[in-house]
Amino acid sequence: MSDTLHEDAFSDAVRLPVGSAGERSGGWFGCIALIVTEGSLFGYLIFSYLYLASQSGRMWPPEGLPKLGLGGANTVILLTSSVFVWLCERCVRRRRLRWAVASMSTALVLGIAFVGIQLKEWHDHPYGPTAHLYGSLYFTITGFHMAHVLVGLVVLALLLLWTALGYFDAKRCVALTIGGLYWHFVDLVWLFIFTTIYLSPYLLRGRQ
Amino acid sequence: MADMTTSSSPAAPQLERTLPRGRVERGSAAEAQLRELWETPPGWRGWLSTVDHKRIGMRYLVTAFVFLILGGVEALIMRVQLAQPNATVLTPEQYNQLFTMHGVTMIFLYALPVLSGFSNYLWPLILGARDMAFPRLNAFSYWVFLFAAIFLYASFPLGEAPDAGWFNYVPLSGLRYDTGPNIDVYALGMVLLGISTTVGAVNFVVTLLRMRAPGMSLDRVPVLVWGTMTASCGNLAAVPSVSLAFLMLWMDRRIGTHFFDVANGGRALLWQHLFWIFAHPWVYVVVLPAMGIVSDALPVFCRRPLVGYGPVAFSTIATMLIGFVVWIHHMFATGLPALALSFFGAASMAIAIPSAIATFAWIATIWLGSPVFRVPFYFFAGFVLLFVIGGVSGVMTAAVPFDWQLTDTYFVVAHLHYVLLGINVFPVIGGVYFWFPKFTGRMMSERIGKLAFWVMFIGFNVAFFPMHIAGLLGMPRRIYTYAPDMGWSTVNLITSAGSFVLALGILIFLCDLCYSLRHGVVAGDNPWDAGTLEWSTTSPPPPYNFAVVPTVASRHPLWEGRVEEDARNGTRSSLAEGFMLDHGREALGTTALEARPDVILKMPEDSYTPFVLSVFAALLFAGLALLAWWWVAAMLAGCAISIIVWLWPERGLIQREPRRVHDAGG
Repeated sequence: MSDTLHEDAFSDAVRLPVGSAGERSGGWFGCIALIVTEGSLFGYLIFSYLYLASQSGRMWPPEGLPKLGLGGANTVILLTSSVFVWLCERCVRRRRLRWAVASMSTALVLGIAFVGIQLKEWHDHPYGPTAHLYGSLYFTITGFHMAHVLVGLVVLALLLLWTALGYFDAKRCVALTIGGLYWHFVDLVWLFIFTTIYLSPYLLRGRQ
Repeated sequence: MADMTTSSSPAAPQLERTLPRGRVERGSAAEAQLRELWETPPGWRGWLSTVDHKRIGMRYLVTAFVFLILGGVEALIMRVQLAQPNATVLTPEQYNQLFTMHGVTMIFLYALPVLSGFSNYLWPLILGARDMAFPRLNAFSYWVFLFAAIFLYASFPLGEAPDAGWFNYVPLSGLRYDTGPNIDVYALGMVLLGISTTVGAVNFVVTLLRMRAPGMSLDRVPVLVWGTMTASCGNLAAVPSVSLAFLMLWMDRRIGTHFFDVANGGRALLWQHLFWIFAHPWVYVVVLPAMGIVSDALPVFCRRPLVGYGPVAFSTIATMLIGFVVWIHHMFATGLPALALSFFGAASMAIAIPSAIATFAWIATIWLGSPVFRVPFYFFAGFVLLFVIGGVSGVMTAAVPFDWQLTDTYFVVAHLHYVLLGINVFPVIGGVYFWFPKFTGRMMSERIGKLAFWVMFIGFNVAFFPMHIAGLLGMPRRIYTYAPDMGWSTVNLITSAGSFVLALGILIFLCDLCYSLRHGVVAGDNPWDAGTLEWSTTSPPPPYNFAVVPTVASRHPLWEGRVEEDARNGTRSSLAEGFMLDHGREALGTTALEARPDVILKMPEDSYTPFVLSVFAALLFAGLALLAWWWVAAMLAGCAISIIVWLWPERGLIQREPRRVHDAGG
């Protein structure tokens, strides 16, 4: 580390941004830390699933290999909503508020569609979380994710409201940046859950 | 846009500002203005709404010591029961609850919270900052800790306290063998406590990355900061494991899931994996900050900088990293494959390497320095000895065949008490003697302090060393009594006598503490002639910590000119003159690695929201324990509304525009 750097930087007054300046804000760092710990939580859920699946001698899942159609479509829907959240911030930064509101609304609708389809998936299973071990795992893992999606939808709804009320401009939209980061995380985690619950039975079945 | 960024009207706070350097003399008008900005109002309002890290840190310390006393009393009652064979002071059920609550109290409600207390109070002072990165989150973390602790003790008066040991193995803790509310209280209380630990860890990590004084690059932070930062990163990764395990256990018991239900394909070992994946890193979480206390404070009494700062900082991180791949050594006796045992046995032994680096660094610091035999020095030097004994018995149990002989015997109890008391309690009490002048402005007694040390040190060794022998004689842990012909009577009597001597030592210390609070000698800013930033401000520190942001050019800003290594580049730290932050509550954000000035952060005012949110959270968990679903839903709504109020963008914090934004058209 150069000493001259320190001397030059600190002996005089400096000009600095004030307040919650995007990725310089404390909240952005805090959200990253939250994502690390939440990511660990989902990691332990997936660990529990794989551990118990590997120890199970029975048919796994009990009703046969999972159907991919609806779950795959749902994955696409969720990832698309992430794109619209990103787009909303871009529009706000260019002061295109109407486009921003439209974009965030689209993201919100896609998120709600994800929840609806997921509820249908739950309904299509002939058993509940208490029926057997697989049911406990399936409903707990997807349930945890569903809880995160619901929190995310509240976040998106608030961001939509605040954007519509004209709270944000190019320099003051840290809430959009941080809320968007959380939503991207919820979507990314779904990819791991989808791989675990929908795809890994094919992989494990193939080895037997 | 341009007019907004340069306008200085109060309605439109500036988005960019030139930060001048200057001085603020003690007693000047500018100082009084800072005090007014940062001071918490007196009375119950300030009590419930304060976000001052010093008050929150003090609360953590006091609460943790209350639990140390509670856990200690539980231990003494058990030692009365075990002093003689076939004693009937306690029933087996009472004994089960006591040893469980003793473990839960000491490990979860004392050991980490007391270190959080030190870190909360000291971090901003050591780092040269105005407050933690998230002051309101800090308040929230304390309130949740307090409510979780009360929650964990809620069933104790009913005689229904947790009773399956602090590691709470299934199936013993399953509904089939434990039908009362005992385990539900433990499970839900631990999930609630996990929230407090997690948000606290987030706060420490972000504070370290963002709030250091300019010039305090990562190679200049004190070792306490390395310890707490490493522990906090460990917590972020490890706490979800135990929260999940306890939630799954509660669901097994009250919802009817099958995670640990062996009859339906569940696995009892899953509990052990999830618990120890958390609990072994946790062991390092509760010792690394304490080792940091020693690494920072011991050199002050050796009148020289710590020998091997770099290796000690590195070994701190290495200990934590290896700590994540040793959890199986708690499960050597569960019949796992030999390959797993070999790997985890080897990894457990490898932890001795970073521990030895730190130990030799402390010994070398004493050796090469000129020790001043004040009270904190006694506690820190005593710690080094106890750490070596506890460490050696740890390496012994890392050997798989030996561990098979010792699993669940008193040898393990002796080891874990040497480690936890030796590495946590002794540095903590030494740390209290060391920082008491900073906390209160008064010194504690030298003579009574030395007496307390010797009574504690002798009592501790008389109490716990014979436990090694009891273990080698085959005495299993957690038995409520034993027959007279087992040959365990003498060692148990000695242990019981020693435990009361240790308790007497703690009592002497607490008396000294209470007396010195009022009658101690006035300390002044820097009574120990220490070298780090917290000693440059008044004792006790003012609400704003530092009138101007200090600029740091070395590891020991107050020792510059005296220590060779610090003087090498010719630059000096600047403490009296620095950046002036006085447009409301403000703090300086710096870059993560080099600590160059990066942003002026607007800090929140005092707020009731953290308290309200933690009340809703505690009531939510109470509802879960009582299976009152409508109540749970209502409290969940209460939590959600509190969080929304908390996070609503504020103009004062520049989270939203000063005037409503309209579409640019098109």
